[in-house]
Amino acid sequence: MSFTIALAGNPNCGKTTLFNALTGSSQRVGNWPGVTIDKKVGRIKGTDSELVDLPGIYSLSPYSPEEVVSRNFIIQDKPDAIINIVDATNLERNMFLTLQLIDMGVPMVVALNMMDEVKKNGDKIDVDCLSSSLGVPIVPISAKSRDNVDALVEQIEAAARDGKVPRVMTYDQSIEDAEKAAEEALRGKVPDNSIRFYAFKLLEDDTLLEEMAPGARESISSEIDALEKEYDDSADSIIADSRYSKITECVTGSYTKAPRDERGTLSDRIDKIVTHRILGLPIFACIIAFVYFIAMYDGDWGTSPGAWATGWLNDYIGDVIIPGVADWCAENGVNEVLTGLLCDGILTGVGAVIGFLPQMIILFTCLVILEEIGYMARVAFIMDRIFRHFNLSGKSFIPLLVGTGCGVPGVMACRTIESEADRRITAMTVTFMPCGAKLPVIAAITAALAGAWWVGVFAYFGGIVLVIISGIILKKFKHLAGKPAPFIMELPPYHAPGLWTCLKSIFDRSWAFVKKAGTIILLTAVLIWLLSHFTWSGQFIDPESDMGESILAWIGGGLAYIFAPLGWGLGPDAWKLSSATLTGLIAKEDLIGTLAIVLLGDPDMAEDEVGAALASILTQSGILSFFTFNMFCAPCFAAIGAIHRELGSWKHTGIAVLYQCILAYFVAMIVYVIYGAAIGDPLDWSSYFLCMVFVIILVYLLIAKDPFRQLGKNGEVAE
Amino acid sequence: MATLKETTVGSTVKVRKINGEGALKRHIMDMGITKGVEVYVRKVAPLGDPIEVTVRGYELSLRKEYAEMIEVE
Repeated sequence: MSFTIALAGNPNCGKTTLFNALTGSSQRVGNWPGVTIDKKVGRIKGTDSELVDLPGIYSLSPYSPEEVVSRNFIIQDKPDAIINIVDATNLERNMFLTLQLIDMGVPMVVALNMMDEVKKNGDKIDVDCLSSSLGVPIVPISAKSRDNVDALVEQIEAAARDGKVPRVMTYDQSIEDAEKAAEEALRGKVPDNSIRFYAFKLLEDDTLLEEMAPGARESISSEIDALEKEYDDSADSIIADSRYSKITECVTGSYTKAPRDERGTLSDRIDKIVTHRILGLPIFACIIAFVYFIAMYDGDWGTSPGAWATGWLNDYIGDVIIPGVADWCAENGVNEVLTGLLCDGILTGVGAVIGFLPQMIILFTCLVILEEIGYMARVAFIMDRIFRHFNLSGKSFIPLLVGTGCGVPGVMACRTIESEADRRITAMTVTFMPCGAKLPVIAAITAALAGAWWVGVFAYFGGIVLVIISGIILKKFKHLAGKPAPFIMELPPYHAPGLWTCLKSIFDRSWAFVKKAGTIILLTAVLIWLLSHFTWSGQFIDPESDMGESILAWIGGGLAYIFAPLGWGLGPDAWKLSSATLTGLIAKEDLIGTLAIVLLGDPDMAEDEVGAALASILTQSGILSFFTFNMFCAPCFAAIGAIHRELGSWKHTGIAVLYQCILAYFVAMIVYVIYGAAIGDPLDWSSYFLCMVFVIILVYLLIAKDPFRQLGKNGEVAE
Repeated sequence: MATLKETTVGSTVKVRKINGEGALKRHIMDMGITKGVEVYVRKVAPLGDPIEVTVRGYELSLRKEYAEMIEVE
């Protein structure tokens, strides 16, 4: 028989490890409807049953998208059975979810995970006793070493086949009376088998029930009042308290704890040092520096393995693969246009992104290990104080840092941020950081501004400032930013990372990166290549001599009117700058390649020569404004694709990209006027005017009251 | 009224009541901070906030603004 089984459990209880152990390589990753949370489905090995991995949750409250997705799945998709994975070393809190799942009225088996840890601590769990007091079959397992996983599969198949639902936990009589009243008020309005779950949710004043059964809570208000009076507390507290009291009863009866080492566990001792009042920050800085120096650094002190490997692959693609393909095409008489499209368009475009792969693998390895060990949660703990002021999570630090290497993995790294609002805002702002592909642009502009040392500093500092500004502004637009979540976070114990879980996670992320390059970049590379190699009349041209005739130049000429106020000019050269900006959408370094072609007629010119050529057609302040806009406007298409994945809709992605472009335009204008006035460049009065207007708009957005602030503090949904 | 926010590092207190309402209160209770439970204040983050507590045998960190909602004795 084939069943649908749901896998539910807290975060950090080994759920992913168990899912991998149960399903092996048969996994498919999709999205839950309406939210950007991965939905993983796989076939349980040795059976025909399908396992659906629910998001890691602590409860079935209606407040986080993860919780809503989980409970909707259990209620609407009616799985045949639920595996509730529970961390045996942290029984009490884990079982809070178990008690709520039991009320769902679906056959269930509890997988008591981390039994190896329990044994190592010298503790004992009387599984039979726990099972009989809880009313659910329990299978002790260790997902990491795959102990007893077969027995779990047997049990869950049996549970799904028999359809026997768990016995419900009974609470104090007054609570049961109120629950019965709630059931009566709800009958017919909610699924019958889950009515007890809904009845408790009604007593707790669950917001989703207001839609499902309007007026139900009012109809039992006398019962609720009586209950609240009796306990002198609110109904939701009473229910949470009694659930936890029951759990304590069950656990006390079946868990025998061995005396602990007085110095605390190894995890405690590690934590004492790693998040130490004084040592915490320096250790964090060292770990980050270490990651940076093995994945990204390339400078006076040598080349990091990551930068070396990426340089090597880039050279290999540029010097071996592309010429090889070109030669092959020439030998086999492939059409010249097609050869150009393949080599200069597709391979160069995709190669520019794929070239980052080795660096990304090294970076992902570091990040996955930090996550698996449990250090990432401590990063949030250490950095929260700083980042909360900009409405970002302490964990936002990691994506921003990764973003200085490449925006795509930077945006992807946002997935580990729990709070939806923090995650979305971080994803929208990561690409303000200067990535590796922007470095050639920085080099060219430094040359154009007569070797100004501060160009690089300006790019990094400006990126940070824009992230901060955006955090403050975007938070005020709830439909864009999503729900804020309160910072109340579990700090899981440190543990050695599991090899397979790590490898799988590294592979999944690297593969997502490759897919991004292989699809979006492929399309845009082809598009831009076509635009720059054809005229409106369909004639094929060689851009090195006749780019001015191309469709791209025509579009650039139109865009030049938009950029003219930024000091980019309106003369015969104006289209060159805006067309170059467009090609930056493939990869920011293409900006320099295009400028080399249109200004000097040779794509291989060095950055400083491109810079010198730029200086010959623009004023100094115009150069800085050109630079500013290109640093901070829409990122390359691969990064836009990554942002789409985090935001979940093209509409929001479009708004995010538009926001980036407008903000870049504002900042470029402000920089243009201030720098121009400072060095005495001739400025038009309209520039002063626009600059003033933009400053006023920005200041207004920054100081305007957040209409959701109060709601935000309580973490309520606000539309 | 003493709250978890003022509790000194290294001491254990018993939760009396959780103030506030809605998602925040719910989340605090979901994480196991309920009436009568013992909470050990373990440490303060290097920058002075948030705090880390041990409750029901595991480590939980929360901002001081939320700790202020938890009355203790």
